[in-house]
Amino acid sequence: MFRRSGQVCVATFAVDEVRVLRKVAGEVIGLLTDGFEHGDPVVDRLFPDIYPEMPADSADFRLYTEGELKTGKIDQAGAILAALPDGDGPSEVRLDAETAEAWLRAINDARLAMGTRLDIRADTDLGAELDDAAVHDPASSRVFQLSVYAYLGYLQESLLNALITRR
Amino acid sequence: MALPQVAPVEMPEIEEVPLGERQWVTIVWDDPVNLMSYVTWVFQKLFGYSYDKAEQLMMEVHNKGKAVVSIGTRERMEMDANQLHGYGLWATVDRA
Repeated sequence: MFRRSGQVCVATFAVDEVRVLRKVAGEVIGLLTDGFEHGDPVVDRLFPDIYPEMPADSADFRLYTEGELKTGKIDQAGAILAALPDGDGPSEVRLDAETAEAWLRAINDARLAMGTRLDIRADTDLGAELDDAAVHDPASSRVFQLSVYAYLGYLQESLLNALITRR
Repeated sequence: MALPQVAPVEMPEIEEVPLGERQWVTIVWDDPVNLMSYVTWVFQKLFGYSYDKAEQLMMEVHNKGKAVVSIGTRERMEMDANQLHGYGLWATVDRA
């Protein structure tokens, strides 16, 4: 989890955390490049229709803005990869304010993607979902995905708190 | 090259459009993933709102399902919505 140290946000990640973050950021980039497809609920969530009642206007707007929006999202996911250490091993990550903001947006995109796939709703009790999934099969992909989703929520909150530092 | 200006061209009368009809709004919709603290931060960041104003807007989104976060010209609202999409918020534009 992140904490504030002077002008930067600092976190010490365990090996598994580095692996998870690398995987998650890589998946977001994959989704925005080769895997990009309109009609995919995740793509629809990350690139919402600006005029839900006016499809032609929405499409028109998309034509002019989608490329840049996509590039921005790829870059911010790339900011996670760039700040992570190359090798395996626990490591300290130090983010200046600008990079911390890119991380915040990228973690949010990853959470939106996972939340959509996991069908997270307003009344979803994450703890209960996890218990339920673990009872069925503790080694299942759903248990892993739910755990990562919960982890990213804590990580994002900690980074936000570290960045803001109310005086 | 521009020709020298001669007699001023008579301007056609511009029809006055009431202010209300020219206004558009950016709406942010509630979603189950975005953290409340993050949404508040985005409103402060993008619109320069105070923490109190941003938090109040975030609570309106949370409790009512949506909130108007900015009002102005259509172009400006499209820009706002596009920026909000960059932050992962679910934003749309509509006539005021």
